[in-house]
Amino acid sequence: MAPGPAKPLGLRGGLLPLCAIAAAIALPFVLRAFGLDFYLSLASRIVVYAIAATSLNLVLGHAGLVSFGHAAFFGLGAYVTAIMISEGVQSGPLHLVATIAVTALAAFVIGAISLRTRGVYFIMITLAFAQMLFYLANSVKGYGGDEGLNIRARSLFSLGAYLLDLKNPLALYYVALAVLALALLALARFAPSRFGRAVLALRDDDVRAEALGFPTYRYKLVVFVVAGALGGIAGALSVNLQGYVSPNALHWTQSGTLMVMVILGGVATVWGGLAGAAALLLLQEVLASTTEHHEFWTGWVLLAVVLFARQGIVGLWTRRRASALP
Amino acid sequence: MTDIATAAPLLDVRGLEKRFGGLVATDRVDLRVDAGEIHALIGPNGAGKTTLVAQLGGQLASDRGTIVFAGADITAWPTHRRARHGLVRSFQITRLFRSASVIDNVALAVQAVTGSSIDAWRPARRDTALFERARALLDTLGLGAKAAHSIDQLSHGERRALEVGMTFASRPRLMLLDEPMAGMGREESARMEALIGVVRKESAVLLIEHDVDAVFRLADRVSVLVGGRVVASGTPAAVRSDPAVIAAYLGDDAGAA
Repeated sequence: MAPGPAKPLGLRGGLLPLCAIAAAIALPFVLRAFGLDFYLSLASRIVVYAIAATSLNLVLGHAGLVSFGHAAFFGLGAYVTAIMISEGVQSGPLHLVATIAVTALAAFVIGAISLRTRGVYFIMITLAFAQMLFYLANSVKGYGGDEGLNIRARSLFSLGAYLLDLKNPLALYYVALAVLALALLALARFAPSRFGRAVLALRDDDVRAEALGFPTYRYKLVVFVVAGALGGIAGALSVNLQGYVSPNALHWTQSGTLMVMVILGGVATVWGGLAGAAALLLLQEVLASTTEHHEFWTGWVLLAVVLFARQGIVGLWTRRRASALP
Repeated sequence: MTDIATAAPLLDVRGLEKRFGGLVATDRVDLRVDAGEIHALIGPNGAGKTTLVAQLGGQLASDRGTIVFAGADITAWPTHRRARHGLVRSFQITRLFRSASVIDNVALAVQAVTGSSIDAWRPARRDTALFERARALLDTLGLGAKAAHSIDQLSHGERRALEVGMTFASRPRLMLLDEPMAGMGREESARMEALIGVVRKESAVLLIEHDVDAVFRLADRVSVLVGGRVVASGTPAAVRSDPAVIAAYLGDDAGAA
């Protein structure tokens, strides 16, 4: 692709993003019209997991850092919000600020240490940090310990006179959708930006990128912290959705689930996180109602994707270009 | 080239050491490179050239000694800071950004030293200065027609040219070229030699090379590294007839040259 005047983003992907947004906005009404309200919580779950998977895709796909501990941030965000609510703090903005602060700080500390390693060591050390938090959550009896923490109330946002309570399924769905839309927009802007290109360079060859003058360690840390905070927000939304958080939100299988979503949807793509979350959760939903062994069949689907669709679901309809840079 | 320089050298390495366990890979190396010169570093296999380059480039920390470059003691600096100060290296084994096109590789090399890259919103393609510089450089490299190609579509010689070109993209004060002619045929080597002749007009060059003939044609000064030590340093003519060089270098490992 020849360089030249930049094309405005959003048009490049055709009308697809606009259609997707319109469909997502209309979805609750469609469900209601058909008497399928029950599925709204599934839709919300897909959106929440799409946010988490998108944040992991930033680290795993765009920066090429195989973090096997992303559940740390998802679970931490869920716990921060759950604990605040159980202590009587219901202010949504406070939950948001605290979640971002705690998860970003955790990502900074975990990233600062683990980003000094590479390859298998990086995978293991991120996993180890997440497992440490998992055992910590198990041992803190004051906040549920291994039984988890139930919350009665939810995050409250006051918009002038109007009170937005995430206890309302519709409110939660739209808030999560707005967060996802912002995350996807930011990711679409990121990829062709100076920072996005620098991150692509360090993913391809960080020794070379560093030798050319990119402070690669710092850039990786920035990506890791941003992704951690976004993962934390997904966790905060998840606890609002389920009214419950347990140490399982921090378990390595949760990290694995997010990884599967990214790989299934499309590594290093904008839409991969959403596509993967939707595919995996829908697949589980369908299979769970027809067979006891849904994980077995999910495994086969994943295998097929890895073997035959290297670029994941998103890659099936975007042809590979000579350059990954638009 | 006089031995007593009036101006401070561009690169001044003193007493540099690197040990790997009991092995002394770099043994009290003194080395100077002046602005505008091509200084060649030759030596038999295992002489410690690669280790020394990695120490200068910042990929390896030194155990002892100092590296002063363009007025700053850069001994403890991380690699990217050295690059931004004008000391950029190329690699013996080609390292390019495989998922980027040819021109994007060069544009990234320019971007790396021009301003901050913490802009995650505006498309970099709008930065016309960046791409004009990249395009001009591709023309210099003879790769102008292949700007939009992927790296996989380039020949070995073209990749080596791109490797050197990316090092040059930021107009560094000093380029460390690590065996730019490795694995090249006669014709490709000649082209690389011509390219180095072009880039030297803007940058000093520390040329690590196996091809001794090319070295003696290109270099203003030559240093000979044997067993981690600089055994001789001077003009090509002086080095060629230096008995220590003939004994240690050609005698020890004549086949490697």
